[in-house]
Amino acid sequence: MDTSLLDIHALRQTFPRADGGELLVLDGIDLHLAQGQIVGLLGRTGSGKSTLLRSIAGLMAPAAGTITYLGRPVTAPAPGIAMVFQGFALFPWLTVLENVQLGLEALGRPDAEIRKRALAAIDLIGLDGYESAYPRELSGGMRQRVGFARALVVDPNILLMDEPFSALDVLTAETLRTDFLELWGDGRLPIKGVIIVTHNIEEAVLMCDRILLFSSNPGRIIREIAVDLKQPRNRLDPQFRDQVEKIYEAMTARRPTPAKIGAPAGTVATTIDTILPRVSANLLSGFLETLAGAPYNGHAELLHLEADDLFPVSDALQMMHLVEIEGGDIKLIDAGKQFVEAETDERKHIFQRQLLAYVPLAAHIRRILQERANHVAPKSRFFDELEDHMSTDDAEATLRSVTAWARYAEAFAYDDDTQTFSLENPV
Amino acid sequence: MRLIVPISVGGWPRIFSRWDIVAFLLILGLLAFFAEASRHLLQPLVELQHKPVSLDPANLPEYAARTTLRMLIAMVLSLLFTFTYATLAAKNKRAERLLIPLLDILQSVPILGFISITVVFFMALAPGRVLGAEFAAIFAIFTSQAWNMAFSFYQSLRTVPTELVEASRNFRLGPWMSFWRIDVPFAMPQLIWNMMLSMSGSWFFVVASEAISVGNTTITLPGVGSYIAVAIEHRDLAAVGYAIVTMLIVILIYDQVLFRPLVAWADRFRFEQEPGMTAPQSWVLNVLRRSWLVDRLTRPFAALWRRLLLARWSKDRPQQQQEESRTQSRWVAFQWAAIAMALGAVAAWYLAVFVTQGITMSDVATTLLLGLATLSRIIVLIALATLVWVPIGIWVGTRPRFANVVQPIAQFLAAFPANVLFPVAVSVIVVLKLNPNIWLSPLMILGTQWYILFNVVAGAIAIPAELRAAATNFRVRGWLWWRRIAIPAVLPYYVTGAITACGGSWNASIVAEVASWGDEHLQAKGLGAYIAQQTDAGDFHHVVLGIAVMSFFVVLINRTFWRPLYLYAERKFRLG
Repeated sequence: MDTSLLDIHALRQTFPRADGGELLVLDGIDLHLAQGQIVGLLGRTGSGKSTLLRSIAGLMAPAAGTITYLGRPVTAPAPGIAMVFQGFALFPWLTVLENVQLGLEALGRPDAEIRKRALAAIDLIGLDGYESAYPRELSGGMRQRVGFARALVVDPNILLMDEPFSALDVLTAETLRTDFLELWGDGRLPIKGVIIVTHNIEEAVLMCDRILLFSSNPGRIIREIAVDLKQPRNRLDPQFRDQVEKIYEAMTARRPTPAKIGAPAGTVATTIDTILPRVSANLLSGFLETLAGAPYNGHAELLHLEADDLFPVSDALQMMHLVEIEGGDIKLIDAGKQFVEAETDERKHIFQRQLLAYVPLAAHIRRILQERANHVAPKSRFFDELEDHMSTDDAEATLRSVTAWARYAEAFAYDDDTQTFSLENPV
Repeated sequence: MRLIVPISVGGWPRIFSRWDIVAFLLILGLLAFFAEASRHLLQPLVELQHKPVSLDPANLPEYAARTTLRMLIAMVLSLLFTFTYATLAAKNKRAERLLIPLLDILQSVPILGFISITVVFFMALAPGRVLGAEFAAIFAIFTSQAWNMAFSFYQSLRTVPTELVEASRNFRLGPWMSFWRIDVPFAMPQLIWNMMLSMSGSWFFVVASEAISVGNTTITLPGVGSYIAVAIEHRDLAAVGYAIVTMLIVILIYDQVLFRPLVAWADRFRFEQEPGMTAPQSWVLNVLRRSWLVDRLTRPFAALWRRLLLARWSKDRPQQQQEESRTQSRWVAFQWAAIAMALGAVAAWYLAVFVTQGITMSDVATTLLLGLATLSRIIVLIALATLVWVPIGIWVGTRPRFANVVQPIAQFLAAFPANVLFPVAVSVIVVLKLNPNIWLSPLMILGTQWYILFNVVAGAIAIPAELRAAATNFRVRGWLWWRRIAIPAVLPYYVTGAITACGGSWNASIVAEVASWGDEHLQAKGLGAYIAQQTDAGDFHHVVLGIAVMSFFVVLINRTFWRPLYLYAERKFRLG
């Protein structure tokens, strides 16, 4: 018996760029979903995993390659593929019951059947008694339950989940996850396979049978990891920790290096067109201080650090050669140590030195400003340049990051009213 | 309440794009066509033969009902227009490039200016004369209602959250179903708000469009507007008083019976739910909802509506990806642009012929100068209204107890057709022998200043309590408080109101710069008076010229002043 639900071969996705060119988002994606499997797509922001999910849902046609669902190519939303959204995507003007019924109404089922099936799904997912409530009257967790009920009611073969628990608080997310895994384990769900997008490593290890690790820019699958632990899984189980740690290592060690730059493996090659992580200078210095202080004393396993935006922060620090990351460990190196020991003004100097030395975009902006007679340049000049290499949103974010860092380092100034960069700092 | 600016402020960086020019040419060409057609039709026109409008107050309820009916019919037409035009503009990128500039310019065309042209046109089209005049009046009202509704709907459609769109596609809702279940509900609160504005604005035009004289022909349709016109002719101040009271009552009734229930009902469609906001209430809606009889009576309609919603049209398949290769799409875009440009060229040629027939360069110069005269009046008036209403609006808005009383009154005043009050003002000017060039001017802003007031009040209400508390905490008071906190916070709201007030004032100049009281005629020098005179004279060439120049002024000011100011305020001072 052929148990293949979904096959993706050599998928490529591009977005149109402002200048008429194309931005490569996903490249060379091969994916196979067998019956009874939960597959996790794990990667950082901008690795194209959500794009992949939307392609499977038929919301975007592939630029190249094929997506085959039950032997037929997917070019439009296919029956039997349902999706659960990160922001729930409930219709605020419909009640819980009406939201759940919507998918069945679209299928043109008879009224009696619609009602019966919707009530059954509501019952299954634990929403009994809330049928006539509007989404705004529900808590986040309950709203996402409606999202699940709405997806399950159409009896899909494949359930797609786009970071379904990331908008919920930790406890609610855990409850919902456990409930889902229980239903799935007991075979009470109509679905035959699940694909879940996440950036939470523990969540992936907790739920998935297979995890695909994504690199960024463009998104590629860099590794496939099978998780053979028995359900229900225990976060404290040494094997579980081991698995999580291995993935941390894989995600930090294999920083993507643009192929055109022949950078030696393991180092970070930043170019002008590198998308800069969105972190503030404050967060960076706070993180360095944490790392320098007890109990880490300058050396820690990434996994044990509690920080929001752990990856963007470690990326930025590594990029500026303030820390070194090796096999899931993060280590303060010379410049970083100097930084932590220095006073405010001195810190700014060190930060400026590292910024201009290792973030080419910052050096580039400063050089242009120095070359110009009045030391002023419009934002659009750099924005257009970046847009040739990245999406509009990324270009905006990258410019913001470099501006924030340069302000802290006093490397150059930016005036939002006139949208210009300049060398002068206001006195 | 999300703000919707009444002009397009989207991504066109230049003051005029080539699409604006095409749109301008098309509209003017169409106007010229109407005018040309009407000119030939004017001769066989005879006086309307029907019961003359009587000043007996007992007739007023009937007149009011007729007037209201015209507005409701126009509202239905405006909704049809909104659902088709705006949907096309929002869903089709190529259509959008022409349709939105068209809408922007249509909004700027002074409606009062071309009522005369359309009256003649429709009367010639319709079999019965009265029916034709009715058509023309309804068309005039339609043109005063439709544009901002379409604009708001278009902006709403473009801001439907991506996840909702994706969800609807994922559950394979066809275009028909997703339009009614997602697009329309999402746009509903904004659309109803704009329907209210449109309805308010159109009172002004309904009054002006019922009694029209073109050349030697005078057309009076039974209605409140004609009643007032006749009262003016007879210098009957008491009758004017009755009409004013009637209007007050009518506006109160439709507010309570139509819009309050609609607003309360549409509250469920509000997408963002700010905590602490009390849901709007309506006693009418409560009665309707609780009534067993209404429930029974409407049930079959509800069921029918549901059938209609769920109907699967044969072509109504889930939306396919539009697969167009790059060269293919370039080619289609090129064709589309070529067709639009060709139409623009035809309109330009037609205009050239039209203009050369009866317009000299000196006419153009005259209208431009008159336009400047009207412009300077409007600038002074808007400045005055700003000085008066912004401080008052802020003062009221920061005191919730007052705001709750003043806000509905300001909205009500905006709805009240100011032209009903003109006779009173004119009689005062006549009696005191004041200079009409100065003293007729305030009439232009009489009805439109309220837009500034209620927008500023809304802006002041929206200042977060925390910010106000912080200001108090740091002892920010007096002028500093106004300069640093109050004025910046209300600026985006003020601009929105001022754009509406400014556009409305241009329109009002056509009836405000020329006023009469019995056989006493007052006139100010200005473009509005020019258009009114040429209409009286039945000289359509010059009417079209006047309208074109006025539209040009409005668009130019919107593009060079209001739009940059709005974008600046939006970027810098938008709270939250």
